Amino acid sequence: MPEFKHKDIIALRDLSKEEIELLISTAENMREVNSRDIKKVPTLRGKTIINLFYEASTRTRTSFEIAGKRLSADTVNITPSSSSATKGETLADTALNLLAMKPDIIVMRHAVSGSHYFLSKKVSCSIINAGDGAHEHPSQGLLDMLTMKDKFGRLDGLKVAIVGDITHSRVARSDIQGLTKMGSSVYLAGPPTMMPPGAERLGNVTVCASMKEAIQDADVVMMLRIQQERQGKTLMPNTREYSRYFGLNPQNIKLAKPGALIMHPGPINRGVEMSSYVVDGDQSHILKQVENGVAVRMAMLYHVCGGEME
Amino acid sequence: MAVDTLRTVILDKSGISRALTRISHEILEKNKGLSELVLVGIQSGGAHLALEIANSLEIIEGERVPVGSVDITLYRDDFKSQTPHKSVGKTDISFSLEGKRVVLVDDVLFTGRTIRAAMDALMDHGRPRVIQLAVLIDRGHRELPIRADFVGRNVPTSIKENVEVIFSDKQQPLEVVLEK
Repeated sequence: MPEFKHKDIIALRDLSKEEIELLISTAENMREVNSRDIKKVPTLRGKTIINLFYEASTRTRTSFEIAGKRLSADTVNITPSSSSATKGETLADTALNLLAMKPDIIVMRHAVSGSHYFLSKKVSCSIINAGDGAHEHPSQGLLDMLTMKDKFGRLDGLKVAIVGDITHSRVARSDIQGLTKMGSSVYLAGPPTMMPPGAERLGNVTVCASMKEAIQDADVVMMLRIQQERQGKTLMPNTREYSRYFGLNPQNIKLAKPGALIMHPGPINRGVEMSSYVVDGDQSHILKQVENGVAVRMAMLYHVCGGEME
Repeated sequence: MAVDTLRTVILDKSGISRALTRISHEILEKNKGLSELVLVGIQSGGAHLALEIANSLEIIEGERVPVGSVDITLYRDDFKSQTPHKSVGKTDISFSLEGKRVVLVDDVLFTGRTIRAAMDALMDHGRPRVIQLAVLIDRGHRELPIRADFVGRNVPTSIKENVEVIFSDKQQPLEVVLEK
């Protein structure tokens, strides 16, 4: 019987293959709750979850909030514009003040990579990473894997192409960590200015010279958003040129295996990384990813509550 | 020195089969037939037994009743003492419970806490007209006011003993053992 003994989920890099499998399998069975009339179970009754989001988010914050509510936890949202961070309070002070209100889980998104590790040393409650800088986004990695497993019944042996701004993408890092542990092969493509040095050392990862090479015969094509808020101005000449070389369109989609899964973590820049035709096409599983996101986050909240204090 | 556990078979395969056949007849008698009747087995032993009872009802009445399964992990009352949390099993009730006569099936009835959790889970799926409880073994030691409507075998046990229904790889009940 696999067991989940962590009190925090900060990065998929910290989890074993068995622990990732357990989270995915719990998420699969959580979906039943989301499909019925009364979408609520009493499991986390009396637990308090604080969603502390220092960066903008619609999907992830709403998804974590719904996940907490469906498990009967009380959820509170804090966003930067309404928090004391704008008055100059440090992250540690904010955390200690929140901790004084006795939450059981803090779900945090922060622009600084590794801020969750810092926080987990300061506070005794569980910490879940909802995205930290360019480091990891474990719930997105898990929901991506669940969506792939739904389609193929396995993750082992899949060819997954990830295309776009790899350097700034925490989604790409979580996907790479998770997928390579589960036995998939990951192929990366993107402009050289957006490809981190040493990417091929992350595991079973191939850095491709062109998008064509990456998506050729792929089972899954994962397109990333161009993160203009994180980039300087000099990483690409303009979005039209980017789209020509690294955009997914009705022509190059044919290079992938017939029926390949097309995914995107959202929000989409239509016409830049993907043409609208592809976004709305039959192979697109983007909304399925969002649907699976709630179940995955329920599984994460459920298992960290049973984790031991480290 | 290792303490040997004493293992006694209290019901063999044909004994289980006879008990389930009798339970099936009692279900039909009490509900006056199969009208509006559905079976829901508790994961995992009860779910296997629910299928056996459905087969038996089909042999007697020539009609298949809907069979579902319920996993009670999310409805447990002992989360504080359960660390780490158990993995969540599959709940599969693909029909409406609204106004139905639900026979809840479990393998061993002990404290009654599992049945409490299962009834809460059923209520979240709809409002059945009636819920009845069928168990293969009732071993006593109830901690909640719950009793079974259909019992395969009453087995008086001490609280330290363990009663287990053993299933084959194909989820067929093989025997019931008492360990002390």
